[in-house]
Parts: sequence; structure tokens; C-alpha cells
Amino acid sequence: MAQPNPLTTPPPGTDTYAGKGEILHPAEQHAFPPFETHTFLAQIVWLALAFGLLYYLMSKIALPRIQGILHDRATRLSADLDEAQRMKAEADAAGAAYEKSLNEAQGKAREIAQETRNALSAEAETKRKSLEAELNQRLAASETTIRGRTEQAMGNVRTIAGETATAIVERLTGQAPDQASVERALNATAH
Amino acid sequence: MAASIDPIHQFELKPLVSLGHIGNQEIAFTQSALYMFAAVGVIAFITIVATAGRSVVPGRMQALAEVFYEFIADTVHQATGDKEQRFLPLVFSLFMFVLVLNLFGMIPYAFAVTSHLIITFGLAFLVISTVVIYGVMKHGSHFLGLFIPAGVPKPLLLIMVPIEIVSFISRPISLSVRLFANILAGHIALKIFAFFVAQLLLAGAWSILSPLPLFLTIALTALEFLVAALQAYVFATLTAVYLADALHPGH
Repeated sequence: MAQPNPLTTPPPGTDTYAGKGEILHPAEQHAFPPFETHTFLAQIVWLALAFGLLYYLMSKIALPRIQGILHDRATRLSADLDEAQRMKAEADAAGAAYEKSLNEAQGKAREIAQETRNALSAEAETKRKSLEAELNQRLAASETTIRGRTEQAMGNVRTIAGETATAIVERLTGQAPDQASVERALNATAH
Repeated sequence: MAASIDPIHQFELKPLVSLGHIGNQEIAFTQSALYMFAAVGVIAFITIVATAGRSVVPGRMQALAEVFYEFIADTVHQATGDKEQRFLPLVFSLFMFVLVLNLFGMIPYAFAVTSHLIITFGLAFLVISTVVIYGVMKHGSHFLGLFIPAGVPKPLLLIMVPIEIVSFISRPISLSVRLFANILAGHIALKIFAFFVAQLLLAGAWSILSPLPLFLTIALTALEFLVAALQAYVFATLTAVYLADALHPGH
């Protein structure tokens, strides 16, 4: 330290602290700086100015602004959450409504299917019955025809047999049998 | 060389601009004043410039300001239980001021403003005068109930009341000395250990030992960062606790 620091080296004269400082630190040019009371007033003045400015800035600008930011965020978040809650409720309601209408539609479809099935089966039944009846009728008609044809055929057989017998007897005996004996013989063989 | 060996030298005030004298006191714009205004500038930057956007999704600086705000608001609310948070600006300003000045002191070659007792005492005096003035304005003579613990038998009050008065008076002293002594002692210790490194390096064969104080210096630096933040927190918390007395003087 070439030249004395005017703050750490008190001006010579009536200052009692300078005397004390010299007794405490006889070898040094300056005392312990934090305890040099002749710097206190200036430090307090600067402290008051700086801290006063800081307090003014904080209380008038900074803190209300940060408070506002935090408050805005909190309200925005809760508003968004409420909105989300409301939308979720809406979606749930829509889902429930969809489920309900789906169930209804399914029930209706089942009903319609059942009705259609019933109608179709009833129709099929009547058709089947009418067809059966027709078939039965045809069967009966066919049976009648068969019986008639059989009888006719059997009649024909009798005539052919009579004629054949007459021809055979005529060839064998040379004489035609009378009609009555041929009838008798045919009746005897027919049973 | 001689000046840099002296661990006290770093606490000297250096006038940058002299503004004249009051009595034998020189009023000069010192580096200490410069650091104080620089601290105000840094705090204003974090809390005002960085929050100018008022964004809902904060940037880094705004997030920092919000973290400080919420931390101090929480501390003040817990200590005072005051919903209006009337003392929040004071505690917030004190916390930021002390914190930034302490951290400025950790920059190499920088000056630690809070290592001067008159600064810390000025802040502590501000706190206690706020407590007394606000307490008397709000509660009048009931504020004196602060010194009378509730539920204590009458004869014991003869002992208790002086104790309470002494403890109240010692508050600004302990508040200021705690901060001042922590910062001062930390910086002296750092300087001494760092100087050991240089001395050992110049001491021939002994220079093998020089890493030891180097490690100590590194460890102390980390510790001093912790102390810088912790002392700011302690100062703010105790301020909030003392201010709670102004709001609720009864025990």
C-alpha cells in the first residue's frame, strides 16, 4: 500500500477511534476494516439507499407481478381442470346414451328377427301342409288309377286265359269247349 | 505482496468517488456501495425483467423468481400465519439482498458486503424497528405483553420479564453478528488456506504438502457457498419469526 486509503486511514486530529486503532494495531497502517467506525455513516447511507430502492422495486413491481403470475396460473389450471371434468362428464353421458341406444337397437333387432322367423316358419308350415294335402290327394288318385288298371288288367287276363284255354282245348281235343265250362274252369283257378 | 498476504485486506473499503465529508466521516461511493447497487440490479433483473412476459409457462429466470417468491412466501406464512402477508416484501427483499451479496462475495476478488458489521446491523436494526413500530402501532400497550409469558406464576415474572427483555434486545445483535461473523470468518479462512498453498509451493521440498491446503480450500469454498445461502435463509426466517411477534405479541 503505497498511498494511504482515505477510508481506512482516518484523518489525523481529534478522532478518538484512530487513537484506539493505533493502540490495537501498532504495526499496521489500518485497523480491522469492519470495526472502523468512521466508515459507518457512509455505509449506512448507501445501505439505506440501496435497500430502500430494492424494497420499493420489490413491493411495488416485482412481488405483485409474481403474485399475479402465480394467481393467474392457479386459476387457469383450475379452470382447465374444471373444463376437463365437464368434458369427461359429457363424454361419459354420451357413452351411456350410446350404450343405451345400442341396447335398444339390439333388442329391437332381436324382436324383428324373432317375428320374421315366426312369420316365415308359419308360412312354411302352411305351404308344407297344403303341399302334403295335394300330395295325399295325388297319391289317392294314383292309387285309384292303379286299382282300376289292375282290375282292368285282371279282366283282360281272364279273357286272355279263357281264349288261350279254349285254343289249347280245341287243339288237343279238336273240339271247342263250351263257354260255360270254360267259365267254370277259370273261376276254379282264379281262387 | 505484503497486502495480499494480509487476510484482512480484502475487507477494506475503497472509495471510488468521494462526495465530501460530514464531520470527520467521508461520504464516498465505495466498492461496497457499488456491490449493493449491483445486487439490487441483479435482483431487479430476476424478479422484474425476467417476469415481464408474465408467461403461464415460465422460462428459467421467471421460474427462479417464482421459486424464491414461493419459498419466502411459505416461510413468512408459516412463521406469522398472516394471510395478507404484509411483511412479505420486507422479508423477500432482505432474503434476496443478503443472498445475492453473500454470493457476490464468493466471486474471486469480489468484495463481501455482508462481512461488514454495520451493514448487517443496519438490516437487523431495520427488522427490530419494524417489529417495535408496527407492534406499538397495532397493539399499543398490549405490545408489552411480549415480555410477559402467559401462564407463569406472578413471583416468577420477576425473573422472567427481565430475561424476556434481554432476549428481545439481544435479537438485533445476534441477528447481525451471526451473518457478519459467518461471512467474515469464512473469507478469512479461505484466504489463509489459499495463501498456505502459495507459501508451500515456494518452500522447496515442503511443496509436496501443498495439495493438502488446496483440498481444504476447495472444501471450504463449497462450505462457504452453503453458508452464503444458509445465512440468507436464517436471516429471513428469523426476521419472519420476529415479525410474528409484532402481529401476535401475546405468548
